Amino acid sequence: MATGTKHVTEQLGKLVIRFAGDSGDGMQLTGDRFTTSSALLGNDLSTFPDFPAEIRAPAGTLAGVSAFQVHISDHDILTPGDAPDVLVAMNPAALRADIGLLPAGGTLVVNVDAFDERNLAKAGYTTNPLADDSLSAYTVYEVPMTSITQEVCKEAGVKPRDAERSKNFFALGLVSWLYTRPIEPTLEWITTRFASSPSVADANTRAFRAGYNFGETAELFTSNYEVRPAAFEPGEYTQITGNQALAWGLVAAARLAGLSLFLGSYPITPASDILHELSRRKEFGVRTFQAEDEIAGVGSALGAAFGGALGVTTTSGPGLDLKSETVGLAINLELPLVVVDVQRGGPSTGLPTKAEQADLLHAMYGRHGEAPVPIVAARTPSDCFNAAIAAVRLAVTYRTPVILLSDGYLANGAEPWKLPDLDAIEPIEPHFASEPNHVAADGTPSFLPYVRDPETLARPWAPPGVPGLEHRIGGLEKADATGNVSYDPENHEIMVKWRAAKVAGIAKELPDVEVDHEDGAEVLVVGWGSTYGAITAAVRRVRARGLKVAQAHLDFLNPFPLNLGEVVRRYPKVLIPEINLGQLSRLIRAEFLVDAQSLNKVQGVPFRAGEIEDAIVKLLEGGA
Amino acid sequence: MTAIPVTTRKDWTSDQEVRWCPGCGDYSILAAVQMLMPELGVRRESTVFLSGIGCAARFPYYMNTYGMHSIHGRAPAIATGLATTRPDLDVWVVTGDGDALSIGGNHLIHALRRNVNMTILMFNNQIYGLTKGQYSPTSELSKVTKSTPFGSLDTPFNPISLVLGAEASFVARTHDMDRGHMQEMFRRAHDHKGAAFVEVYQNCNVFNDGAFEKITGREVRSSMLIPLVHGEPIRFGADLERGVVQRPDGRLEIVDVAAVGEDALLVHDESRDDPGLAFALSRLSRGPHEPTPIGVFRAVERPEYGEELSRQIVRAQEQRGIGDLDALLRSGSTWTVD
Repeated sequence: MATGTKHVTEQLGKLVIRFAGDSGDGMQLTGDRFTTSSALLGNDLSTFPDFPAEIRAPAGTLAGVSAFQVHISDHDILTPGDAPDVLVAMNPAALRADIGLLPAGGTLVVNVDAFDERNLAKAGYTTNPLADDSLSAYTVYEVPMTSITQEVCKEAGVKPRDAERSKNFFALGLVSWLYTRPIEPTLEWITTRFASSPSVADANTRAFRAGYNFGETAELFTSNYEVRPAAFEPGEYTQITGNQALAWGLVAAARLAGLSLFLGSYPITPASDILHELSRRKEFGVRTFQAEDEIAGVGSALGAAFGGALGVTTTSGPGLDLKSETVGLAINLELPLVVVDVQRGGPSTGLPTKAEQADLLHAMYGRHGEAPVPIVAARTPSDCFNAAIAAVRLAVTYRTPVILLSDGYLANGAEPWKLPDLDAIEPIEPHFASEPNHVAADGTPSFLPYVRDPETLARPWAPPGVPGLEHRIGGLEKADATGNVSYDPENHEIMVKWRAAKVAGIAKELPDVEVDHEDGAEVLVVGWGSTYGAITAAVRRVRARGLKVAQAHLDFLNPFPLNLGEVVRRYPKVLIPEINLGQLSRLIRAEFLVDAQSLNKVQGVPFRAGEIEDAIVKLLEGGA
Repeated sequence: MTAIPVTTRKDWTSDQEVRWCPGCGDYSILAAVQMLMPELGVRRESTVFLSGIGCAARFPYYMNTYGMHSIHGRAPAIATGLATTRPDLDVWVVTGDGDALSIGGNHLIHALRRNVNMTILMFNNQIYGLTKGQYSPTSELSKVTKSTPFGSLDTPFNPISLVLGAEASFVARTHDMDRGHMQEMFRRAHDHKGAAFVEVYQNCNVFNDGAFEKITGREVRSSMLIPLVHGEPIRFGADLERGVVQRPDGRLEIVDVAAVGEDALLVHDESRDDPGLAFALSRLSRGPHEPTPIGVFRAVERPEYGEELSRQIVRAQEQRGIGDLDALLRSGSTWTVD
């Protein structure tokens, strides 16, 4: 990397940088490009896009602030960082919204051009914070990003108003210099991305270079910084978000099962990107169907499953509400179906772009009648790939709807992913029915759709097209084995118990929950889903203090792994951090009668590792 | 593929006891379908009957084919997933006026506009039968039922007008008193590529007996039902003495043929791209107490959704090759750690 001779390049072990600006300022793109060049450099990383539900709230207002936080390091990291080291604020609103996140001593880079009277007033500042001493705790760099960008673009013949839009590339260029990121990947990306409008590509390139050169030549900065590559295990890596990993996991699972993939879905934040990604993959034979509503999304997926395809629907909380009735039907029909819930803040419309883990009990109990479904949860963005395959495997093997829980944080967050060896993944066997399974008293062969496999208790999957296997299924209670409509009281209880036993029996096939144990540990921290990173980071910090703590993380929420009861009873204290008011903790308390403590946060943002660290330490010290 | 076996009604009849009320119009519709199936040149194993909830929705249990009795209103959505993934199947949806037009209205209109390959038979009895007698979205205004003791307040849907507005490519009406006509309509609907909608006037002898008697009764039928025949002047009556004309302002009117002359009669054209005339025909009668058209209102060719979706897949595979999972995983930036 070329750096200015008069600058010293200092080493950093890790860096958390937060880009904040207007929704229209391109902060997500800026953060994403910074992330990609860091990934290519070999850093470990974790990202946290944090944006409002409004597409374009009024410019310059607090409501319109969109931010992207990225944590890069030369070692294994698990979270997007508790607090930024650097805040890039493109306007007064971004400064006002996010300055509280920046610890004293942090670095603040501001686009000074945006700090005019009008923007200050819109952000609610009565005096210019750059002009008083309110920012004295920080190292503040005031950079005229807009005016320099306009100046360099003028030479390219771009109108000042259009040139102004390129200022995020100036910011990216400046930060790329400051943290010695390679510039080639970004320059190449600009050329490809804006190939259809060369003048925009030119303006962005000029702005990016100007930002980079500004860092090098302006007398503002005394040094720049380097974050060395992290030590990854050997292999080929890519950078991936949760939604992308989930979509690819579904494609891989369909391939593993030899089934054609059908996605019935209705657009909803933050799940839509799965629909988008799969819609692009027609060459894999993927059929995507943008349904008229959430109900048709799941209904069409169930219809496809009846026909022998892998039926999947993707949604978020409000959509899961609407799909409940069809999930119940799928439970009765005993057909494979995967329902992906990318959780967001609720109830109702709630916080569409924010993360929450409050749909667990909905997934578990949110249907009328005795209606158990297996529940799988992803723990990191890249783990969404594995979770999708696991969900499909259970659905196909046990002929049951499966709910797969992701959330807004996993969906949009990115991390490096070591590409899996696809050949090492065990195939999924649909075992379609191909012949009659019964001989009537008069000797004629017939097909009974509800005769069960003695191992899995699953019924045959018999898509139309096979002569002799014609049969009718439906939502009415069915007679054991024959599947004919039955209102017989004893039969109903038998069927209710069959369905419960089938789902409960899945536990036999699940891997034991792994415990990261330390001898002498008095506290076990149990988590599920996206809290994995923050909990693991917290556990490391507690251990770094010389204290002992154990950790277990659940990938399967229903049924629980067989050893979970023994695990939670082994420790005097159990702590369960969740982004809800205590849902897994209720399940564990009810199931195992242990006095698990709940640690809750429902602010639409992930836990900071420090919050969990404090709770563990408090519990270790004898607090509640 | 082996030749399609010769079958009889018995082959298409399941072993389940039919449990509609004695005298229900559904029996005659079931018989019409079971007797028609052997004539359609289709295989039992490739035939699927799907339904939602309601009296009509029990239909699949009585057909010895593949079938699903699903949930209220959702059959067109379920059928969409089945038909788009299994173009080899004959997919039938059996529904009622409440199932199709009330709780399932959204799915019905979207399945029709997409033109997904399915044959929708909507049994219209203008009442909720299974829930024992509440008014339905096709019940006449001011109808007194258990849930409307002072008369219903909502204007009913005209199902034919509704589905024409939903861009349906095949629209027909028949009634449960005429097996031959039903079978002709069902056959036409089955043979149509895309979504076909058939409204069947069906008598609920328990909760809405005689709802269609004024037009379908044997004695009145010839003067109250207006058969629509493609390419023929629209006329009816025992001696074909009445007919339909289009006035200069576009209005349709029933006239005495003698008064206007045969040449003045409107000639029915089901294949018109513009659904305007079909819509006007659907408004000719304000309810089953005035002369009412039956037959095919509209039958036009439009691209079928599932076929188009399959075509996109084939095109993508031709252009990009069959999807390679390893390549997909490497489609973003990758780097190698040694």
